[in-house]
Amino acid sequence: MPLFPQLRTSVFSDPRHYQITVLASLLVYGVLALDFEIAAGRAAAIVVTALVTQFACTRLWALERFDPRSALISGLSLCLLLRANSIALALAAAVIAVVSKFIIQVKHKHLFNPTNIAIVSLMAFTGQVWVSPGQWGNVAFFAFLMACLGGLVVNRAKRSDVTYAFIAFYMALVFGRSIWLAEPLTIPVHRLQNGALLLFTFFMISDPRTTPNSRIGRIIFAFLVAFGAWYIQFRLFRTNGPLWSLAICSLTVPLLDWLLPANRYEWRQRTCGVKAVQVMYETISTVARRVDDRRRLAQPGASRLLRLLRGQG
Amino acid sequence: MAKADTKLFNKASQVVLVRQGDRTVLTMANDFRGDPKEFAVVIPVPVVLQKEQVHIGDKALLDHLDAYSAPRLVEYFDEDPCSVLYDRLAMATPAAPGLAGGQMASSRSKSLGVTIEARYTVGEYDILILSALQSSGLETWLRENGYRIPAGASSVLSSYIRQNLKFFVAKVNLKEQARLGYTVLRPIQVAYESPKFMLPIRLGMVNADGPQELFVYALTRNGRVEATNYRTVKLPTGDELPLYVKDRFADFYKAMFTHQAMKENMSAIFTEYAWDMAWCDPCAADPLSPNELRNLGVFWLNDSGDPQRGAPRPPIPIRSGPQNAFITRLHVRYDAAHFPEDLVFQETSDRSNFQGRYVLRHKWTGEGSCEAATRYRADLPRKQEREAQSLAALTGWDINDIRRTMKVAPPPPEPVAWWQRIWK
Repeated sequence: MPLFPQLRTSVFSDPRHYQITVLASLLVYGVLALDFEIAAGRAAAIVVTALVTQFACTRLWALERFDPRSALISGLSLCLLLRANSIALALAAAVIAVVSKFIIQVKHKHLFNPTNIAIVSLMAFTGQVWVSPGQWGNVAFFAFLMACLGGLVVNRAKRSDVTYAFIAFYMALVFGRSIWLAEPLTIPVHRLQNGALLLFTFFMISDPRTTPNSRIGRIIFAFLVAFGAWYIQFRLFRTNGPLWSLAICSLTVPLLDWLLPANRYEWRQRTCGVKAVQVMYETISTVARRVDDRRRLAQPGASRLLRLLRGQG
Repeated sequence: MAKADTKLFNKASQVVLVRQGDRTVLTMANDFRGDPKEFAVVIPVPVVLQKEQVHIGDKALLDHLDAYSAPRLVEYFDEDPCSVLYDRLAMATPAAPGLAGGQMASSRSKSLGVTIEARYTVGEYDILILSALQSSGLETWLRENGYRIPAGASSVLSSYIRQNLKFFVAKVNLKEQARLGYTVLRPIQVAYESPKFMLPIRLGMVNADGPQELFVYALTRNGRVEATNYRTVKLPTGDELPLYVKDRFADFYKAMFTHQAMKENMSAIFTEYAWDMAWCDPCAADPLSPNELRNLGVFWLNDSGDPQRGAPRPPIPIRSGPQNAFITRLHVRYDAAHFPEDLVFQETSDRSNFQGRYVLRHKWTGEGSCEAATRYRADLPRKQEREAQSLAALTGWDINDIRRTMKVAPPPPEPVAWWQRIWK
């Protein structure tokens, strides 16, 4: 079982390498320049716990190889977002994040973004952790920088549609509300110039493994998350709307995938042979699913809805 | 004793925000010194407040809270280096109060779309709760009724009206004030239930000349309070400063705050104190008694028969008090350019203690001649230079002025490298 297979490939062949670099730089910037309340020791402990958990799960589920990248991303994201009094809870978050990928699956696709479910479940069930959405401040330059860096990551992940759709819907809702309230536009601009929101948009909702497989599905998903986030933030007046909303809306992903089938995202570029087999397999399974769908669509009302959603009607 | 006058900051407001769940008790204090006839407040509130939800508090409670949570000086006396052990003495100085004013009279007009939802007199204040359909109507109504509200208020009022907020309007009832015999205006307290954990600051910024100062004392059950839509930053703390700061502590605190606010681009909120209200170390003032806390609105103290429930025991309880209240003192200097939206807060479960605390070290002047004493004396100029540097860094004061006041010589220049002399 080769360890760290990515070392043999070029550094940026996988979008996650870029993501890891950016998250690590943000963490260093946050700790040094913005006084993030996370000690180096704790950050290291969180990252190591995530990696060890990934390793243990790889063994337990008898996977072919240990891939540290996803766990590293979860660990770094937790360092950036999660704050807790006790280190035990911070480490528990790392364990939950990684284990959730293995346990909470629907049709071999994990349901929740690991970092998101770790934070949300601990906030909901312990009340002893928190996220400080204001910690980044609103320095325009910094927002810009993060947007650029994040943009690069999502472009490389070839699933930037969900990010752009989310930010477009969320901006429309935030601006719309301010215009309706006749507030000066500096207010919605200030709200959108938030580092935490950018981090969410470019590094969390963009996770290609937990968003719907089809493009139209991802756009519907982005709308649901944006609306939920806005509703929690501006109708219920609670903080961290995007985080709560993503966790809740993730439950709709299997439904969206069932209604709007498409190929699942794979991180790694396979070699031609492997890829050909994979494409063949996925085509066959898609055709099989569609046949299944047709059968299920014996009911006329449902069929119209499905055709509509697929853009066929 | 170092003393900082409570009028340290101009145009300062003090607000106590007691919150658990959606229940909020808001205490607003002001140091309005003008003619009471001129005094009025207009505050957007989320619900129509009934008479029983309004109470007039005691300014002394806020002063106590201020003194308890203010940034403090600690003095240490260097011991004979030939022996070891430190003695210490604590002291502190409070900060500042105030609340914006306006103007008032009485009469009303339905045609302006303004509804008086409630009207009552509490203590020396006549209070109205208004709802409005249109900002221009409300503005006209307030003007016609003698409130001198600033031009441009209408644009701010309109967004509050659309959010269905009500307006809490208070003026001084001179007869009641004379009957009650109070010469200073007492703080107004309101209790309400709303998911909104925020402070409206936008009305106060209309037509304001220059930035305003706000102190928020948040009293919560679980832990520290922070802003969610602005950066919350801890005030620098723990630095060792030159001894003369003792006599100029007020100047120091003011200069430091200004300098730090500028370093954060004038757009951050500062945490000056975060502590379990059961104790303090060192204490700037005694912790508040359960009774004082209840008067400030800490309603959950009634809920538990045992006031010590729920919180871990402090390692060194200096003085005893209720355990399940946590105070966060926030200090913000705001203006419209840097604070476009109202302040929104969240309560975290962070119970770690923080205080703005500055250290003065009296040097040891004994005659000892052990090796440690020689080293101690040799090290003194460097220590003093370090103190001067810290003070300069915190306040932005000129380092040479500081050295002059300290009566110390600047450190000898760094030895010049040979290559620096070649092309002189």
